[in-house]
Amino acid sequence: MNWHIFVRGVRVTARKDMMIYYKKAPVFIFGLILPTFLFFAFFVGRQLDVQRYFPGFLAMSLFFTSSSVGPLIVPWEKQQGTFERLLSYPVNIEIILLGDVIAGAVFGLIISSIVGVVGFLFLPLQLADVLLVFLAFVLGNLCFSSLGVLLSSPAGKTPANIMMLAALVRFPLIFISGIFIPLNEMSGATRLVTQFSPLTYLVDALNHGMGQAAVMPWYVDIAALVLFTFVFVAGASFILKKRSMKGL
Amino acid sequence: MRIERLTKRFGQVTAVDNVELIVQKGEFFGLLGPNGAGKTTTIRLVTGVLKPDSGSITIDGIELARNPLEAKMQMGVIPEVGNVYPDLSALDNVDLVGRYYGLPRKEREERSNALLDDLGLKERKHDLVRKFSKGMRQRVSIACALVYEPSLLILDEPTEGLDVQSRRLIVDMVKQINQRGSTVILTTHNIEEANRLCQRVCIINKGKVVACDSPEKLRAAFQLTPAVEVAFDRQVDIALLKHPSLQRADACGDKLRLLTEDPEAIIEYLMGFRKEHGLRIVSLSTAGLSLEDVFVKLCEVPS
Repeated sequence: MNWHIFVRGVRVTARKDMMIYYKKAPVFIFGLILPTFLFFAFFVGRQLDVQRYFPGFLAMSLFFTSSSVGPLIVPWEKQQGTFERLLSYPVNIEIILLGDVIAGAVFGLIISSIVGVVGFLFLPLQLADVLLVFLAFVLGNLCFSSLGVLLSSPAGKTPANIMMLAALVRFPLIFISGIFIPLNEMSGATRLVTQFSPLTYLVDALNHGMGQAAVMPWYVDIAALVLFTFVFVAGASFILKKRSMKGL
Repeated sequence: MRIERLTKRFGQVTAVDNVELIVQKGEFFGLLGPNGAGKTTTIRLVTGVLKPDSGSITIDGIELARNPLEAKMQMGVIPEVGNVYPDLSALDNVDLVGRYYGLPRKEREERSNALLDDLGLKERKHDLVRKFSKGMRQRVSIACALVYEPSLLILDEPTEGLDVQSRRLIVDMVKQINQRGSTVILTTHNIEEANRLCQRVCIINKGKVVACDSPEKLRAAFQLTPAVEVAFDRQVDIALLKHPSLQRADACGDKLRLLTEDPEAIIEYLMGFRKEHGLRIVSLSTAGLSLEDVFVKLCEVPS
C-alpha cells in the first residue's frame, strides 16, 4: 500500500465532498432544520433546567449534522454517474469511505461548535473539562459521520431511499440516548436499551465535560465512541465492496 | 498492458472468459464487440472498478491486483457512464482530477486552463457543468482524463451520441496524445472510427476474444471474393451484365457491386459495356470486405 497516495486520496475525496454535498438540500433539511425544530418542540417554552439538558441538545445537534452528509454521497454519485469514474481514479473503497467520513465529521464539527459556542456565550452553562468536551466533539462527529456512511453503503442510485432509511435509524436513537430523559433517571430495560446507542456515550461524555450527572466513567464513553466508529467504518467498507456496482 | 487469462462471472453468466491481450506501449488499440459482448466489463476490470474472478492485468509492469493505486496512477479513463460533477465548474472538475493524481498546484492550473481552452471551453470554464450540453460535458470529461498526461488512456464509447464538431475535437485530441507517446485503448460501436484510428483491433464476442489484428489484416483474412463497385450516370439493368468471371452482381444504392475472382477482367468488360450502352462512369473502385463485414462475420450478427 502506498500511504502517500492513500492519504492524498482521502484528503481530495473529503475536499470534493465538502465542495459538492454541503450545499445539498437534504443536508440542510436533515442536518440543520430538523434538529432546530426538535429543539423548539422539546425545549422551548418548558421550564427545563438548561444546564441539565444542554449536553443532550448539543449531542442531538452534533448527531444530526454529522450524520446528514454521509448517507447522501454514494447514492448521489451513482445517480449522477460519477461513482464509476471516481472508482477509476487512484483510490479504493477505504479511501472513498474515509474521505466521506471526514467530510461529514467536519460539517458536524463546524455546526455543533457554533451551537456550543453560542450556548456557552449566552446561557449560564458550566464547562468542567474542556479537553473532554473537545475529545467528545471530535470522536462524536467521526462516529456519527461513519454511521451516515454505513447507512449509504448498500445504496443504489436513489438518494431519497437512503435518506428515508437514515431517518428511520436516526430518529429512534434520539429517544433512547438520554436526550429527552436524562440517563441517570432511566432504569431497568430502558437503561439497558440505551447501552446499544452510540449517542448515549456522547451524551454521557458531554455530561462529564459540562459537570452534569453521568452514568459511566468518561473513558468508557470515549472507548465506546471509538469502538462504534471502527465498527461503522468496517461495516461500511465490507458492504460497499460487495455493493459498489449496484445501480451502475 | 498485459491481460492474462482474465475471467469475470456474474452468477451463471461469464461476462469475460479467459481473455488474453497485450497492448504495446504507444499503440492505438480498439476493442470492438456487439452489445453485451463483455467490452465494458473488460474495461471495468482493467480500470480496477471490478475485481476479476481469475487472471491478471499488468500495466507498465505494475500488477493491478497487487498495487491497484500505483497501477491506476498510470491510467486516464473515460468510462462509458463517466459523467463529471455537475455541481462543480468545468475548471474545478479538471482541477479535482489533477489533485487525485498529485499534480503540483501550478502545473494543475496551467494544464487545466490550457486543456479547457484547447477543447473550446475557454469562455465557459467557470460555469457549472450542469448548464452544459452533452458534447460540452464530454469535452470536460476528456480534459479530466488528460490533465496528468497518462501513459495509458482508456476510452469507453467516448464519441457516442455527440455532434460532429465535438466528435472531431475529441478524436483530434486523443490522436495528439497518442502521438505524444500515450497508449490508447478505445472501445466503440463506430467501426469506421476504429478502422480509421486503431493500429490493431480486438473483436470480442460473448466474453471471448474472437480476433485480434490490424484492421487491414483482418479484412484480408476474411476477404474470399474481391469485388468491383461501379456507378453509372443512369440506372442499369443488372441482367445486362454478363461476363464469364462475374460471380454475382448486386445493386447497392446507386452503385453496382460485382463479385469476381478477376477484378481486372471485369474493369475491362465495364469499359466496353459503357461504350456499348452510351453510359458514363461516375465512380469505379475495387472493394473487399469492410471491417464492419468482418465484425458481423465474427460476431455472427445477421446483417
